[in-house]
This record gives sequence, structure tokens and C-alpha cells, in this order.
Amino acid sequence: MRIQCPFCGERDSSEFTYLGDATVRRPDPSAPEQYFEAVYLRDNPAGRHEELWYHGFGCRSWLRVTRDTRTHEIFTVEMYNDATTETNQEAARA
Amino acid sequence: MRYSIFSLMRQALRGHRDWTPAWRDAVPKPAYDVIIVGGGGHGLATAHYLSKVHGITRVAVLEKGWIGSGNAGRNTTIIRSNYLLSGNVPFYEFSMRLWEGLEQDLNYNAMVSQRGILNLYHSDAQRDAYARRGNAMRMHGIDAELLDANAVRRIAPFMDFDNARFPIQGGLLQRRGGTARHDAVVWGYARAASDRGVDIIQNCEVTGFIREAGRIAGVTTSRGEIKAAKIGLAVAGNTSRLTNLAGLRLPIESHVLQAFVSESIKPRIPGVITFGAGHFYVSQSDKGGLVFGGDIDGYNSYAQRGNLPTVEDVCEGGMAVIPSLGRVRVLRSWGGVMDMSMDGSPIIDRTPLSGLYLNTGWCYGGFKATPASGWCFAHLLARDELHEVGRDYRLDRFAIGHLIDEKGVGAQPNLH
Repeated sequence: MRIQCPFCGERDSSEFTYLGDATVRRPDPSAPEQYFEAVYLRDNPAGRHEELWYHGFGCRSWLRVTRDTRTHEIFTVEMYNDATTETNQEAARA
Repeated sequence: MRYSIFSLMRQALRGHRDWTPAWRDAVPKPAYDVIIVGGGGHGLATAHYLSKVHGITRVAVLEKGWIGSGNAGRNTTIIRSNYLLSGNVPFYEFSMRLWEGLEQDLNYNAMVSQRGILNLYHSDAQRDAYARRGNAMRMHGIDAELLDANAVRRIAPFMDFDNARFPIQGGLLQRRGGTARHDAVVWGYARAASDRGVDIIQNCEVTGFIREAGRIAGVTTSRGEIKAAKIGLAVAGNTSRLTNLAGLRLPIESHVLQAFVSESIKPRIPGVITFGAGHFYVSQSDKGGLVFGGDIDGYNSYAQRGNLPTVEDVCEGGMAVIPSLGRVRVLRSWGGVMDMSMDGSPIIDRTPLSGLYLNTGWCYGGFKATPASGWCFAHLLARDELHEVGRDYRLDRFAIGHLIDEKGVGAQPNLH
């Protein structure tokens, strides 16, 4: 599996560290019961999965990768704190 | 047909013409008392104990492929009960005791071989950790011996004891641990369950759930609708796919684990040996191949195949502990989809959906648990209560903070 880093180009996946589901949001501190869902529950889809990878042996950026969990095919890779991503726009509005 | 030395001799004299199929390949009926989804070791063991211990025989085991084609046919066949935490110790020791009587119970040769499992330690701190683990085991009546380097040398002299980075200082030995023949376990349970009237239905994929009066009342499958009062899921890495159909999110991620087998060589590895400074475990099959594995790949996957960096990592671990492995060629590698839970321990429990029961979260340690998993799941399905030895494997333990985290790495499934 090779990941197309927006800064370093196509690199072997062993240069990256996997964190997991990128759609998990840190809950509102005033609603602690939501932490259970954020910490433990996952959609775990068979198919398209948005996930976080850290390019530790490269540019040390956090990347948001959309990948098919059935085939390991990678559709998109973008920098995680890119304000153009939909979820971050939602977060910015909130 | 009951198997024995006499039936074998009788068949040998007749040219083996009269053997009958070991189990019935059934067609689905419209309704059952219990449906078990998943015809692997855990599902078939559940069916066996439901029929034998609880007398419930209107049971169907639904399998989307052929039985034993998932993780039951993809593991490294290790059995052991060398756990530390109180939630795990009684359960895995119960499983070990069931392994010890399995062949007599099933009248089937599962090739259970208690050749011992040896966990190597490479530092003073690791020796202390293994001493603690061994003491926890012995306090529960489980055998454990802490060996020094000389004692380990007598068991496995071919290892790299004076490795500059990972010298072998000793090991924790559980002599009752060992291996079993994974396919025979599946077939043995299938045969015993089928003999009592359980329907084993292959090529029958569950595509949805039928809801009636607020409860799950059946499943839709690729072979039509099937009703049942109770439905148990024992589908390992595919658990989330099924519960997503019912609108239930779980503390589970699916990850791929690879395993390997080498060409056959003469007897070399005396039992199961695990490397303590990396992650590598190896045993030798009766056919002579070295069966070994290591870490999961570490990213969500349903692919049943992994990537090369993990292959390299596993082989490096093997070379660090047994340098002569470098002269052996790898014959095959394969991958299976693991149901990695958020604390590294399994879940055998009811769900918030009435009629739906869960057996999941085995991470990559499900094979050794097969008998106890089936026993406890059958108990749950028959009596609607958790079995005593599995009472901590609750689904709500994540919400209430009663985690069973052997490795102590927290809610990060790819690290368990």
C-alpha cells in the first residue's frame, strides 16, 4: 500500500502511522456522556473509510486519507487541518 | 457413525468404501429456535453446546461461504491460558480444560497437542512481568513455570541467546499450552452438532434483520427469510457489517492479521515459542511446516490480505530469535479479518436489540477460546444470562469503565 502524500509524493505505507477513523469529533466538554461514543464506538465500514495517517518518516503532517477497506485502494489524501474539508468547515461553523 | 479403532479397521478391510459424510449439509427451514450466524469454530461450538448441554436442537448455523473458511481456517492454531487479568484468567482456563476433553466429547481427532508454550523474556523488567503473570496463573490453579536461560537452552538450543539487542534471559512456560488442528476443530463441532439435529447451512449470507413488535425476529438471507426467537452473531471481523444493518454501532474495528507457513522441515521447534522483544510466535505443524505470525497490519481492513511491510516485520522478529529461520523458505502467507475490540478483550452479551446476541471482539486470540466461547454463548442464548466464567465480557463495560485491557494501551484497537 502506497500513500500519495501531498508534500512528499507517493510513499510506502510503512513511513506512516495509523490513528483511525477521521470522522470522530471531540465532544463538547459540557456533555460528558458523548465521550463514550467518541472514544469507543465506530462505524467500521466495509468500503470507503475516512482515516488519519501521520507521516512520521516524512513531512510529519497529519493526513486525512479516504480508502476502501475491502481493497486498500486509496481515493484521496489531503492535509488534515486543511480548512477546505467538509468536516472542518462544519467545525468552523459550530 | 462412531469413530474408533474398530470402525477404522472395519473400513480398512472394506477398502474405505463405506465412510459416510461427517455432517449434513442442510437446506434452510422457515423457522428455528436459535439462529447462529457464522459457521466458524465459535458458531459451530455454540451449536454443539446448545444441543448437548441445553437440549436445544432446533438450531441453524448460517455460513456465507463454507464452514471454517474464515478465521477458523486462517489462524496459527495456538491454545493456551496464560493470561493475567481476572476477567480473562477463568475464561481461558475453562477453555483449556474443554480442549483437554474435546476429542472424547466430540468423538473426533482434533489433534490437540499439549506441547507447551514458551514466552521468552529479554530483560529484567520483562522477567518481573512474566513472574507476575505466572504467579497470577498459579493462584488460579493454572500451570506456569519461570525458566532461566539455561532451562530454556535445554528446550530450544537453536535460538540466539546472546543476541546483542535482545539476549534471551529465560521464559515463562505453560506446559499445558500447545496447538490443535484448526480444520478438525471445525469439522468435529459440525459433526457433533449435526448429529443432534442442528442444521448447518452453507452459502447462506445474512443480508438483513426482520423486526417484529420491537424485537429482532429473524434474518433475511441469500437463501430466503428465516425466523427465530434468538439470533446470535459469531462472525468475527464481519460483526460491524451485520450490526450496522440493525443500526447498532460497536466498540469494534476490523483489522487484517497475516500468518505464514514455511516449507516442511524435520522436527525442530519443540512447542510454541514467542519472542518477547518484538511480536513473533512460531510452532511446527505435524506436517513439518513452521507456522508463524506477528502483529496485525494496523489499519482498518476487510481485505483478508495484508501488505509487505508487516511481512518484513514478522520475519525480522523471527530472525532475531531464531537466526536459522533464514535458511527456510516461506511457502504461503494469508490474511484474516480480526474483530479488534477497544480494550483487546471479547464481548459475549445481549445487545440493546431484543432477540439479538453478540459474540465478538476476539482480536487475534479467538482460536484458543473456541470451546469456552461456544460454551458461554450457548449458555447466554439458552438462559438469557452471562455464564460465570465470561461474566466480565459485557457489552456495556466500555460505558461503565470496567475494561479488560491486558496490554494496557487504551482504546486504540491497532495496538492491542
